[in-house]
Amino acid sequence: MKSLTKKQNLAPYFFVAPFIISLFIIYLYPFISTVIMSFQEIVPGETEFIGFKNYRRLQDPTFFKAIQNSVIYTVLTISLLIPVPMVFAAMLNSKLSFGSRFFRSVFFVPSLVSVVVAGTIVRLIFAEADTALINTIIAKFNIEPQNWLLGTRVHAMFLLLILALWRWTGINIIYFLSGLQTIPNELYEAADIDGASTVQKFLVITMPLLKPIIVFVTTISILGGLSMFEESYILWEGISPDNNGLTIVGYIYRKGFQHGELGLGSAVGLVLLLIVVFFNVIQLLLRGFFRKGAEV
Amino acid sequence: MIHEQIKKKTISISILVLFSLLAVVVLFPLLALLMSSFRPGSDLMRFGISIQSMFAEGKNLDNYMGLLFAEKALYPFWFRNSIVILLLQTTITVFLTSLVGYGLAVYEFRGRQLLTTLVLVLMMVPLQILILPLYKMMISARLMDTIAGVILPFILSPIAIFFFRQFSLGLPLDLMDAARIDGVGEIGIYFRIMSPLLLPAYGAMAILEGLKSWNNYLWPLIVLRSNKSFTIPIGLNTLLTPYGNNYDNLISGAVIATIPIIILFLMFQRYFISGLSSGSVKG
Repeated sequence: MKSLTKKQNLAPYFFVAPFIISLFIIYLYPFISTVIMSFQEIVPGETEFIGFKNYRRLQDPTFFKAIQNSVIYTVLTISLLIPVPMVFAAMLNSKLSFGSRFFRSVFFVPSLVSVVVAGTIVRLIFAEADTALINTIIAKFNIEPQNWLLGTRVHAMFLLLILALWRWTGINIIYFLSGLQTIPNELYEAADIDGASTVQKFLVITMPLLKPIIVFVTTISILGGLSMFEESYILWEGISPDNNGLTIVGYIYRKGFQHGELGLGSAVGLVLLLIVVFFNVIQLLLRGFFRKGAEV
Repeated sequence: MIHEQIKKKTISISILVLFSLLAVVVLFPLLALLMSSFRPGSDLMRFGISIQSMFAEGKNLDNYMGLLFAEKALYPFWFRNSIVILLLQTTITVFLTSLVGYGLAVYEFRGRQLLTTLVLVLMMVPLQILILPLYKMMISARLMDTIAGVILPFILSPIAIFFFRQFSLGLPLDLMDAARIDGVGEIGIYFRIMSPLLLPAYGAMAILEGLKSWNNYLWPLIVLRSNKSFTIPIGLNTLLTPYGNNYDNLISGAVIATIPIIILFLMFQRYFISGLSSGSVKG
């Protein structure tokens, strides 16, 4: 009997062992090593401690621009990719008697497409030739053909947002639909009896009950937005005009891998971590704030 | 009352029209990609994707022939690598994360709370901040340009662990006690009794992790160095160069990379969608 309980005591550790091992190899060791590297100058063959010099070197307009781009992208994607899919999901859930499964699947398809393929399509649809699709469409509205890829900062952000909207709306619709299906129908029936309008029902019943999903989607959007790299790398191969498409991870990639400055790249990585933590803390504060409001 | 019904119907029809238009907008880029892939890449280079080029005469399979059967065609290698990595990464990830998630859910033990919190915290840490030290590690472990190197950082996906934990919380624990009385060991309980019950969760995570692996970009871009060891996304990206893009291969390669996934999605839609949504509801 005693040996049985002992076995049972050890068994849980067998199951979680892979996580504990990977925690050390994939997260902890690299994390410590990146903190150390951020205080070093690393040239092949020799490594030298240089104190905070890497961090001081981050006072670089290019880096500030990268941070700005990433933060603006994150804020814009959150402010588009939460309300739009939420309203769409609500429509799919209640207003359509048929076809809702079909539309759900159609909107989901772009998220299956790899970012290289999606980026290539965007490059070609938004090509600078005045024959390219978007330029022919805007010509109908008497707007001159634009050099989208090599245009201004607004052009660059616009392309990134289009790409994000195309690829992520469908996934977020699925998240919101799964949340909507947990809302009991009786609530809406009760509201109907009270004579509530569709908009009122959405604001008073749907939105508050979707809060867990909103929190979830916000969290993954913060993470995805701040660490965005691939979209911009594929649209501009790392060299956008005036760094209009440069992101924080793009800066890590450029410094760390293309210029071989592992120390500086590490410092940037840690700054990114701080920004992510900062955003998440704000989010948590807002959540707590809302909860208090709800209790009153 | 009748007035009310007419109003409802009008709303429902206008939403239907709105969604139909959106569906066209959403699917059009993929259709444009497919149709352009039968035209010479030089067209795309000059005109971009345009209505004229989509519907132009002179469609042929030259791009596909060149991509797959040219003498030094690399695409077949990339395709094979992507498949091998997909299968290995998905199998290993799903197996290991299910063990961990299950362990965290069904056992009381010292450190359980701490480990669960760590899983949640790691879900919020972008792995991108660790690419430089991981890169150094791959060099010293001699894993650069290998499949193991591509897979290693992703096998313990915290999101998958969390998903399996949530799923395992709903397992019938009485079955475990019954099995113990019959003398089944703890590991046997997982494999013989619980794993059949975990099947829907395996399916959901296999799809999610498979998709991640198939489209994985940044890390393979760093690890893979020789053009025969590239995966499809990395290989396709080499066709985009500052000196001009090889659209012949890029477009046909993009189509071949996308079609299998869309077919799989159409076949297993339900699992795709349940896998995605079950992760979020309790999150």
